[in-house]
Amino acid sequence: MHIVVAIKQVPDTTNIRIDPETGNLVREGVPAIMNPYDAHALAAAVALKRQYGGTVTVITMGPSSFVASLREAVELGADRGILLSDRKFAGADTLATSYVLASTIEALQREEPVDLILFGKQAIDGDTAQVGPGVGVRLDVPVITYVVKVREVDLAARRIVVERKTERWVEVIDVPLPALLTCEKEIAEIPFAPLPDLVRSLTYQPDSWNTAEGPASFEMAQIGVKGSPTVVYKQDTPSLRQGGGTVNAREVGVEAAVKTALEKARAAGILQQVLGGGQ
Amino acid sequence: MTRRFWVFIEQEEGKVHPVSWELLGVARSLASQVEEEARAANDDVAVEGVLLGHQVEAVAQEALHYGADRVYLLDDPVLQHYRNAPYYKSIAALVQEHKPEVFLIGATTLGRDLAGAVATALRTGLTADCTQLQMSEIKGASRKLLLMTRPAFGGNILATIVCRDRQPQMSSVRPRVFPTPPRSPEAHGEIVRSRVVATEADARALIRELIRGQGEAVAIEYADVIVSGGRGLGGPDGFKLLQELADLLGGVVGASRPCVDAGWISYAHQVGQTGKTVRPKLYIAAGISGALQHKVGMQGADFILAINNDPKAPIFEVADIGIVGDLYQVIPAMIEQVKALKQA
Repeated sequence: MHIVVAIKQVPDTTNIRIDPETGNLVREGVPAIMNPYDAHALAAAVALKRQYGGTVTVITMGPSSFVASLREAVELGADRGILLSDRKFAGADTLATSYVLASTIEALQREEPVDLILFGKQAIDGDTAQVGPGVGVRLDVPVITYVVKVREVDLAARRIVVERKTERWVEVIDVPLPALLTCEKEIAEIPFAPLPDLVRSLTYQPDSWNTAEGPASFEMAQIGVKGSPTVVYKQDTPSLRQGGGTVNAREVGVEAAVKTALEKARAAGILQQVLGGGQ
Repeated sequence: MTRRFWVFIEQEEGKVHPVSWELLGVARSLASQVEEEARAANDDVAVEGVLLGHQVEAVAQEALHYGADRVYLLDDPVLQHYRNAPYYKSIAALVQEHKPEVFLIGATTLGRDLAGAVATALRTGLTADCTQLQMSEIKGASRKLLLMTRPAFGGNILATIVCRDRQPQMSSVRPRVFPTPPRSPEAHGEIVRSRVVATEADARALIRELIRGQGEAVAIEYADVIVSGGRGLGGPDGFKLLQELADLLGGVVGASRPCVDAGWISYAHQVGQTGKTVRPKLYIAAGISGALQHKVGMQGADFILAINNDPKAPIFEVADIGIVGDLYQVIPAMIEQVKALKQA
């Protein structure tokens, strides 16, 4: 089976800092990683390939530094990586991004039919969860989000059964191929890279597709800033609420510190409400 | 013409997600911000709900009590359980018929699945997880546009987004970001039964089974008390202690992102930009340093009590009261004192 995995390289947002002087993001020294949910989607694709045979193609849209994540994908068992890098793609919102990815998958389809398309459930830098469903709509394939498990694949009947976790229950869904799944981390563990894959990844050069090269064609009106209906109007630093001070348990003792804190909650009228509800 | 402000009314098995009412409140406030402009142009303004399902008229009726002027009710067996394609295709057709100006959808599991598909089908803009929404005059625009503000880069920046040239201007909004409006005893609006264009053939996906009791059992968004733990717990066992305090206070246990990433507790408990937004009456943060991405998710609490070993922990900047000390001494003491207060 032919599985396409769309990945994104993201700054490790837990390490982002703001320069207090300028209010700008400090990008230096922030490590770039493969979006964790995408890594698990890829792991699921590689596991399916090992079980059912086939190939895994990984695509990503971004600057040339995203090659690092494509190499990591090869290390984890992907067969092929495609870098979608072009100045004209820059400034894309989720609608324009879904266009570029969908056009790429259509071009891949013409080379070899695609059975399954996997995304992470969202990217940790934007958290929108919009691109996966958008690509599914553009390709007119069924979209199943928040998938935690692939139960079975029936290649003869061209169907797949997956489990999808929602706030209320787990849905067991039977869907025809090709289908697009967005994946939770539980879908698969990240495997240890076998040595040959590791060696291959070190010097691996992904294919480079863009508006000038490669088999995919892109309409200028649908890519980059032009193809993006949303624009950033302004940026601010958030104002947070003001704190009300601290009491140090090492100075006044634990009992007294707790007493002071609970008194403060009582003075604010909170403790009464909470204890009333807790009984 | 009518300037329509739409809200997706989310229900499953006839049970409404309360974010729907929160959004009706937001839509009413947005509508009032264009009233003057509309009057001058001889336009009407309406807040309208969009409800899909099967035999869910009671929910439509309820939406009228929360301020909808009109509810479009799409009732069909194909919509009985939420599935992406029948929902987005039916809604896209309804949008094309009525041309709303603004469309708000709750950023729930269901809402996120739906919103991206609807926006793509309509080739319009969608801004996720908005925390502020406002209709505002913008240079070069003939009438007010929706300013959609959301936290970006782990909450370090607030980005305000506009969708200038396409409609509807779409936003997803997380539960509990906005307050629930009061339910009015009166219902003045109307229910409009609308055509469902999607068929079973559109759905393709078959739901074979619903395994109940295996969803995200904890709904921390709507808890009145949350006792949250962070890296300072040192390991998963610390949550047992927090659970004890939470039980005593009638609350639930929350967590910061590092604990979830470390596998100490499930994602359903995660508070913050990448987890849930909460606004409890009381939020107790134990061993949480207070990364911005955590603070943006919990600063809507009425009262924040933080416990941390480090007097410089940023969590103290937003806490109404902070206790500098070892949480493994402070929490047991707090449990005892709360027990005593409850007996008094």
